[in-house]
Amino acid sequence: MSMSETALWLLVLLPAVVGGGLALSRLERAAAAVSLATAFTTAALSVVVALERPRVSVPFMAGSDLALGVDALSALVAPTVAVVSLLVLVFSAGEIRESQARFHGLMLLFASAALLTATAETLPALLFAWEVMGATSFALIGFWWRDDHRVSAGITAFVTTRTADVGLYVAAGAALAGGAGLALADLPASSEGWRHVVAAGVLVAALGKAAQLPFSFWLSRAMEGPSPVSALLHSAAMVAMGGYLLLRTEPLMASTGWAAPAAAWVGALTALLLGAVAVAQQDLKQLLAASTSAQLGFVVMGAGLASVSGGAAHLVAHASTKALLFLAAGAWLTALGTKQLVGLRGVARRWRLVGWAATAGALSLAGVAPLALWATKDAVLAAALADSPWLYAVGLAAAALSAAYAGKILVILWRPLREREHAEVESHLDEEERGTRHVGMLEQAPLVALALGAVVLGVLALPPFGDTVARALGEEPLHPTWAEMAASVVIALGVLALVWWRPVPEPGWALAWLGLERATQALVVRPSLSLAEALARFDDRVLDRGVAGSAAAALGLARRAATFDDRVLDGAVETTSRASLWTAARAARDDDRWFDGAVEGLAAQLRRLGRLARRPQTGQLHQYYIQAVAVLAIGVLLLVTVR
Amino acid sequence: MLSLIVFLPLAAALALLALPRLGDTAARWTWVAVAAADLALVVAAWLRYETPTAGRLAFEEQVEWIPGVNSSYHLGVDGLSLPLVAMTAVIFLACAIFALRETDRPRLQAALFLFLQSVSMGLFVAADLILFFVFFDLSIVGMYFVIAGWGHGNAARSAMKFFLYTFLGSLALLVGFIGLYIAADPHTFDMVELAEQTPFAGSSLAGGLVLAAILIGLAVKTPTVPFHTWLPPAHTDAPAIGSAVLAGVLLKMGTYGFVRIAMPMLPEAWRDWAWVIIVVGIVSVVYGALVALAQTNVKRMVAYTSVNHMGYIVLAVGAAGLIADDTAQARSIAVTGAVTQMVSHGLITGALFLLAGVLQDRAATYDMDSYGGLAGPAPRFAAFFAVGAFASLGLPGLSGFIAEFQIFTGSIAAAPVTAIALVGILLTAALFLRALQRIFTGETRGRSVGFTDLRAAEVWSVGPLLVLSLLIGVFPRPLLAVIEPAAEVAVELVGR
Repeated sequence: MSMSETALWLLVLLPAVVGGGLALSRLERAAAAVSLATAFTTAALSVVVALERPRVSVPFMAGSDLALGVDALSALVAPTVAVVSLLVLVFSAGEIRESQARFHGLMLLFASAALLTATAETLPALLFAWEVMGATSFALIGFWWRDDHRVSAGITAFVTTRTADVGLYVAAGAALAGGAGLALADLPASSEGWRHVVAAGVLVAALGKAAQLPFSFWLSRAMEGPSPVSALLHSAAMVAMGGYLLLRTEPLMASTGWAAPAAAWVGALTALLLGAVAVAQQDLKQLLAASTSAQLGFVVMGAGLASVSGGAAHLVAHASTKALLFLAAGAWLTALGTKQLVGLRGVARRWRLVGWAATAGALSLAGVAPLALWATKDAVLAAALADSPWLYAVGLAAAALSAAYAGKILVILWRPLREREHAEVESHLDEEERGTRHVGMLEQAPLVALALGAVVLGVLALPPFGDTVARALGEEPLHPTWAEMAASVVIALGVLALVWWRPVPEPGWALAWLGLERATQALVVRPSLSLAEALARFDDRVLDRGVAGSAAAALGLARRAATFDDRVLDGAVETTSRASLWTAARAARDDDRWFDGAVEGLAAQLRRLGRLARRPQTGQLHQYYIQAVAVLAIGVLLLVTVR
Repeated sequence: MLSLIVFLPLAAALALLALPRLGDTAARWTWVAVAAADLALVVAAWLRYETPTAGRLAFEEQVEWIPGVNSSYHLGVDGLSLPLVAMTAVIFLACAIFALRETDRPRLQAALFLFLQSVSMGLFVAADLILFFVFFDLSIVGMYFVIAGWGHGNAARSAMKFFLYTFLGSLALLVGFIGLYIAADPHTFDMVELAEQTPFAGSSLAGGLVLAAILIGLAVKTPTVPFHTWLPPAHTDAPAIGSAVLAGVLLKMGTYGFVRIAMPMLPEAWRDWAWVIIVVGIVSVVYGALVALAQTNVKRMVAYTSVNHMGYIVLAVGAAGLIADDTAQARSIAVTGAVTQMVSHGLITGALFLLAGVLQDRAATYDMDSYGGLAGPAPRFAAFFAVGAFASLGLPGLSGFIAEFQIFTGSIAAAPVTAIALVGILLTAALFLRALQRIFTGETRGRSVGFTDLRAAEVWSVGPLLVLSLLIGVFPRPLLAVIEPAAEVAVELVGR
């Protein structure tokens, strides 16, 4: 095994082993140090494999390997995951004060699963990592397990994403039937009919993880988890992996003729509708969560439009930007005890470094040139325009909404408070937890690094470096025209200005995330539970009682047989004997005396038979079974002897 | 070798019975030592095991027994049985360790479990139908005494129900065996010969009837819907180690019968009835999971998830009967998954039932709502239970995933409609997470207050089961390398 191949194995195994060990240990004091060392090594390994591009595999199951490899796409995504993980863990070392071993252990396990997802080359390997991500996200969202609602949120996240994951199981079966094998790169070669099933399965699984419509609601609930969890899972890794999967399987989507356009439209509509949801939110983390769905919509759109380079660039730029904003929200939540937008008014003036970093992130999110998301989003929109003007129009509207919700954050951060507003702001302080009024160095340092990413990562989509990326991904670089770029800048700045002047509308349907969770509860969860209750009752009252009933019936039958035996058979014997006696008496009286002895003898014999016949009829079930066995055994013997 | 593995525990059981003055501690440790020695023998056999030629068995032993009916003392293993033999040895050792704290007639209990171990081992290595049947029925007798003698709650009634129901099932099985014997030419009970002969080739009615008898017998033991109602009360009232053996080992006797007896000996009938078997599998999966979702008693819940998990196996072996040229690989993957599931379910459900026993031991109730926030006073118990729950819901990295992924991939490729059963993995995910939430999270309340965390004997009995599940989940090759050739043979045989 070469050095780079070892590095690829270690990239996945190191955080998995250390994380698993930490999660089960009680190394509270050493946890953060061990975790940071591991995360740092992992980040270094990710850079090594991104440069060396190794591939490794071992035999696994179902005739398929557990294969990992790094190509141009994973060379972008894997280091993103590893570096953001490192930065988030640095932040957590300052932020998470309780159960550090469990927290860092689970985060490392999650990072390992995300890195395996990003490098997986076969369906078994992908599904393996994919579901471990889901399970660790359950444990991380419900990290503060004493709060029931947080655990419920974890369950919602896991079960919802697993519902979508079922798509991957179907895809694996279809791929096997399709004859091309379970390697991701071979999926487009599946036979005609099965290929559509594979594509549909992969598409559903990816949309679920990426919190696209109609699955988006789990992401809202997931905000119950600690902020560093959101910064990693809900920006750079888990949801992003949903987008990544579509980028990875773009040839498959394109080969079906319908999956790619479907992805493009779902992405565009999610960007638009969840953008509206984000604009309506009054809680910073909810706003960021909705915006994550919306921004991932652009990635999904890129995958559907065969703009893998644009989608990947947007994924990376968004990871840095959104991790930054989530961490800032977490820092403020810890310091002030609130994540309500009203309670955070003017917060940028209080902690300047955090404020400026978050401002850079928000401006990037708004699509202000020349920041990262401006360039990457325009790359996707250029592909949309080349495909359909309608898609482009929806994308542009979604971009305007990004500017609106980013503007909403900026207003909160910077607009000076009027005298009479102080009391209202202060009434929100400490409403969720007791604030520390302090943001430490460990919390601030990662924000600077992420802000840098939010500013410069646009190079991934801009010439000349962007062209290199596109060519490495096997695409001809596609540049938006000057007019398109200008349009997007004008829209972003225009909307920002508008938001600064006028409050944005917050319609109820958007505030409640389009009612998606309520609909799921009403249409899926409650009916399932009712069905379960009904079937459990059926099982107890009908099936089980049916069995008990047939046992009782058997007993009753036995008892009746015994009665029959006593009254009818034995009675008949008795009657016969009595009749015989009577006849005998008559005969004796009338005639031949020597018959009498024979009749008496017969009667006695019959009576004895009657008694004998009564003996096995005990009414006790187990004795009946023994008799049944004996009869069967005799049957066997008979068969043997007469064969 | 196999005879030693089978009868070593029985010899120890007789010795324990013959030495009434033996102290309780000595009896407990004797049990552990014998179970460990038996496991060591099984490991040695595994290391020396080489895949036999198709249709034959490894480590064969054959001695004349009842020559009049061509029944012999015939033992042997292959890739279908060796993993189950190993799993059985592991489960019984785990039970022996768990029972180190038992105070209720430990000597008798040890003897009874050693007897049951012999019987279970014997069943999985038997290569003669009469021998198989003897072990099959003795397992019922042994388990009856375990439940009736060491159970709690309504133990006598549950034990009687278990006994009558499964015994009745075994009679159906016996009828089927006799049918096979009569149809064979020359008449024989030898399983290897019967698989070679396929006695009912060409007579679909008689073959179908015999298969029906055998399937009913096995379906009761497995159990599949609608023959499962003995299972929840038996588990609820059985002692922890009894439940672990019942779920881990005894249920596998039913599913093992499918692949060992029904498929290879009645291939034609199996193919004719494949759809019925698939439907029963799908119904068991969905119904078992839904009913489990509605339970409030931990043991009943795990019992119903067993119905669900056994459903996956039935589904997969049913799909293996849908013959088409281009799905041979898929069907053998499904059968491999089914056998893997037998091993995996044994380890995981064994662990979960032992853990449920801890609830009964500490707080005398299985009712989930009597607990809450248990992760506070018992973090280790919570961690173990969580790992067991995730393993049972098929999380990758643990053995359940290896089994279920192969079952689904193979079955869906052979019969796309089996994808319906995927609902099962969603329901089990929901029900286990809800159970974790009810018992372990939230404020510490109810019976959780003052709950003692796992003790050493509990850690060392449950821990290894979960570690094995993890090892199979991450490094499945050593296990699959044994199962895969046998699964291919099974698929070939059913295709004749």
